[in-house]
Amino acid sequence: MTPLASETREAARLREIFTQAGAVPVECAILQPADTLLDLYGEDIRARAYVTSDALRGEQMLRPDFTVPVVQMHMAHGAEPARYTYAGPVFRRQEDDAARASEYMQVGYEVFDGANLAAADAEVFALIGEALNGAALRAATGDIGILKAAVGALNTTAQRKAALMRHIWRPRRFRALIDRFAGRLPVPPARAALLAAADPFAGCAPVIGLRTRREIAARINTLHEDAAAPPIPENEVALIDAILSVREAMPYALEHLRDIAVDMPAIAPAVEQLAARMAALEARGVDVERLDFEASYGRTNMEYYDGFVFGFYAEARPDLPPVATGGRYDALTRMLGQGDAIPAVGGVIRPGLLLELGGRA
Amino acid sequence: MTIKLGVPSKGRLMEKTFDWFGARGVSLSRAGSDREYAGVVEGIGGVELVLLSAGEIPRELAAGRIHLGVTGTDLVREKLGGWEQKVEELAGLGFGHADLVIAVPAAWVDVDTLDDLDAAAAAFRAVHGFRLRIATKYHRLVRDFLREHGVADYQLVDSQGATEGTVKNETAEAVADITSTGDTLRANHLKVLSDGLVLQSQATLFRARGAAVTAGERAALAALTEKLGLD
Repeated sequence: MTPLASETREAARLREIFTQAGAVPVECAILQPADTLLDLYGEDIRARAYVTSDALRGEQMLRPDFTVPVVQMHMAHGAEPARYTYAGPVFRRQEDDAARASEYMQVGYEVFDGANLAAADAEVFALIGEALNGAALRAATGDIGILKAAVGALNTTAQRKAALMRHIWRPRRFRALIDRFAGRLPVPPARAALLAAADPFAGCAPVIGLRTRREIAARINTLHEDAAAPPIPENEVALIDAILSVREAMPYALEHLRDIAVDMPAIAPAVEQLAARMAALEARGVDVERLDFEASYGRTNMEYYDGFVFGFYAEARPDLPPVATGGRYDALTRMLGQGDAIPAVGGVIRPGLLLELGGRA
Repeated sequence: MTIKLGVPSKGRLMEKTFDWFGARGVSLSRAGSDREYAGVVEGIGGVELVLLSAGEIPRELAAGRIHLGVTGTDLVREKLGGWEQKVEELAGLGFGHADLVIAVPAAWVDVDTLDDLDAAAAAFRAVHGFRLRIATKYHRLVRDFLREHGVADYQLVDSQGATEGTVKNETAEAVADITSTGDTLRANHLKVLSDGLVLQSQATLFRARGAAVTAGERAALAALTEKLGLD
């Protein structure tokens, strides 16, 4: 059997597991309108997805994953609660590493059910874990919701919180913003000169382009407000750092986060959500004593996940991407739902990697 | 068998390349008329001159169809994914200097750094309903640079020429382009961000790692690099 044929057969086997668990099999078009994906992910998606075009429909993308079309389909036609499964090829542009596949199968399981979020999180994780049964994989979990709650709890301006929320998935810029808002970095000379100027527009070049003088003036106002605002207190920065450094087995991570929540009560609901999830995972037979939890897990290249996140890795093969990944993406349904939002959680398996690791075929 | 040396086929880049080789005792010239894209090599044996568009030289190097080639580091890094595996930089030639920079309207007195650009892009998107547009032909280099520095809420729009005019024409809000003196940017009321240097480029002699060489060609290559003082 060719590699593609065995990968397709393995995908069908995995999808059957999800169908048996009650999911409805769905199909999605391979060609997706590019504007929706570009609007969601920004320019970075062009580095990851193949873009093509014709004179009639404009830019199209070869689907980089199923999540967006499945959410769109559900928002347009579906009724809650719903469970879907799918299997098919996805396409990823590779520009730097020729060893990575540019076409491979994905098999997914997606749950749209707001009745019990912790139970839905545990259901997806446990089912994917069972489907991977037999492969020697390490699972990592995280929860973007805890970091978001901590940012929301900071004793600072709404502007600063919005800037930090925007960059939760870009750790380097997030760190630079924290340092600046905490007054750890000196004000750049150009910024200081701008803030000191009686007329910032004195002698400046003509305003060209779509960004108006009013917009420039509005940002200068924002900068003045920011300069007048007190720095984020050191103890709160220390709490953010403490949260980000939590990395241990789930029960210990939970205790650690509960300690932090004593000093930052606003994160308590998110921490208790982790507790509820842990209980739901245990109820499904997951050995949580041996399940890693990292508070900063999922902050890179998993931008649409905004709560529970997880991945399964082959520890003996650090060169391979994760064999399965998933998480909660409530905010994505809000962006695609034109006002509607539905709690949603899901995950995908790469059958090709599972076979490469010597799983069943 | 001969070593194939790819050189830009016209203009100052070609003349300066000929001068650089000439100063090292390898005389390059065009055969026949100015319109003929065939070349002559004197002063060393076993080397064939191939005149090509500078923009095609990276591709020819990557494919191994030429053994050596002169082109800008900007073009090699833009056009070749994993360029270090495909070509080796033998020598910077000391001309064709150009910086790839991010520039915004000089009237944006509130924007001096990438940090400012990112904040302005977020506000721009909220007001105008679309991502701030940056016109460029260097998509890969600019995208990698902005991702590395955590700039969001922008989009790249393709501009293959007259890029500095796109802001005035309202087809972009900012540009990422090659500049050597900054005069064209200034004339178009644009300024370079203080940390907006994406890449410093110059004309460079590259060796194709994947080009097949016979024993004779290897000897010719060694003789050439020795004559050029590169070993």
